[in-house]
Amino acid sequence: MKDPNKISEREVTPAAVYFNRRTFLRAGILAASAVATGVAYRQLNPVGSGKVNTPAIQGLVTPTAAEEAAGFRVNEPETSLQDITHYNNFYEFSTDKEGVAPAAAGFDTKGWQVSVEGLVNKPRVFDLDDLLKISPPEERIYRMRCVEAWSMVIPWAGFSLSKVLNLVEPLSSAKYVAFQTLLDPKRMPGQRSDVLDWPYVEGLRMDEAMHPLAILASGIYGRALPPQDGAPIRLVVPWKYGFKGIKSIVKINLVADPPHTTWSAYAPNEYGFYANVNPHVDHPRWSQATEQRIGEFGRRPTLMFNGYEAEVGHLYAGMDLRKNF
Amino acid sequence: MKENDIRFIKLLILVNGAVPLALLVWDQSHNKLGANPQNFLILTTGMMTLIFLTLTMAVTPMRKITGLNWLIQFRRMLGLYAFFYGCLHFLCFFSLDRAFSVASTLTEMLKRKYLILGSTALIAMIPLAVTSTNGMIKRLGGKRWRALHRLAYVAAIAGVIHFYMQVKADVRLPLVFAAVLAILLGYRLVNYWRQRKPVPAAALKPKSEA
Repeated sequence: MKDPNKISEREVTPAAVYFNRRTFLRAGILAASAVATGVAYRQLNPVGSGKVNTPAIQGLVTPTAAEEAAGFRVNEPETSLQDITHYNNFYEFSTDKEGVAPAAAGFDTKGWQVSVEGLVNKPRVFDLDDLLKISPPEERIYRMRCVEAWSMVIPWAGFSLSKVLNLVEPLSSAKYVAFQTLLDPKRMPGQRSDVLDWPYVEGLRMDEAMHPLAILASGIYGRALPPQDGAPIRLVVPWKYGFKGIKSIVKINLVADPPHTTWSAYAPNEYGFYANVNPHVDHPRWSQATEQRIGEFGRRPTLMFNGYEAEVGHLYAGMDLRKNF
Repeated sequence: MKENDIRFIKLLILVNGAVPLALLVWDQSHNKLGANPQNFLILTTGMMTLIFLTLTMAVTPMRKITGLNWLIQFRRMLGLYAFFYGCLHFLCFFSLDRAFSVASTLTEMLKRKYLILGSTALIAMIPLAVTSTNGMIKRLGGKRWRALHRLAYVAAIAGVIHFYMQVKADVRLPLVFAAVLAILLGYRLVNYWRQRKPVPAAALKPKSEA
């Protein structure tokens, strides 16, 4: 009797073909899985890049030789526009430095106003255009040292904050200047999370604010600030850690007492009110002695007051900078 | 599971585990690691270490829950990948952050709590990697080997805290790792506690092999 289950010799797939098919299938699975892993990796590790097409700034003034010598223009290679605009700490949009630019794309600054108020004779709410007309934009090339131990060299467009402050005539009782970023979770999606206490606030002592190196910047590389860098107007204080340079400012308030500042309120033992760049005072969690200059390979030693000691050292004469970090 | 299939899955893990490294090397050589490639390399290798540590820790619970005992065969490779990326992570820190300075690497590692924890995690993985061979398992004996390999818990816990501590403010991602790790460790704890209680005789009946 013939066994119905018996498979004839001819019906069996030849071993060579069988193993071939199996090998083929396996190679396919292997390749597909590697591609899937690669795609997942790419999704989880996006690298920022993109174009900047904000309008050019008209009438940019180059500082004089004397001003250049006073720290207005540092003679070091400038960080690329690409890096300056795609490596940002701006938690109002994203806590991922490479994710700020895409999250901030399309940020609408139409009708922007800045209120300058408090202990002044002539408080005023400036339309942005009027504020920018106070003084012609100057190209200031500053070092920028982030508290996270990386740094850049940035060609800003802006003018000294003192010019705005003088216009509103501070009272003698005004000892500090408090700054505030826009609070609008609709336009600034990062404000929907409570990672920081919103709105972002910063502050300077009056003499710091009046120092010519402290500027209100509205541009980089001769163009209007892109949103990720603090459009439409931000503070730049080159001898302090970057977080002092508050972005997208809506309020400047002259006050008598040291103002509340976001990062020092968040972690008072890690971020002080002064936040002067200081290679000798470490962040509790990392050394501040060296820095990674973006675009360079090795590390650079960090300079006292970020290299502006000659210009600003006198502001802190006699102060214990370990205590007042 | 056939031996042949096991070997194939091992190959799958081997290849896929190397994909992130391959992409890192590729991106580095094409200048595509972003504005701060040094930081990107340190961060990504650290993240890979934690991912592989978590996967390694997930094997035993997965095996027990699903009854798929052959899963255990992939644990060694996952663990070795965790160690491999951990070593790369350290080398990146040593070369890129500390500029090959042994002195500054050592002082930093002893000075910063998060680096002490990171070093603890990496050092805890060394004996695990060394004793990962079949020969070493035999030589140590299963019981002692298993006891030694509980160091993996130390590595995982220290690693996740190390990650949590170096984040500036946004701790969401470290907390995700911590939550997953808590589940994996919690599972073991519950299991351990259950096994210590007297077990009714009926439950002692051997389960049929899956």
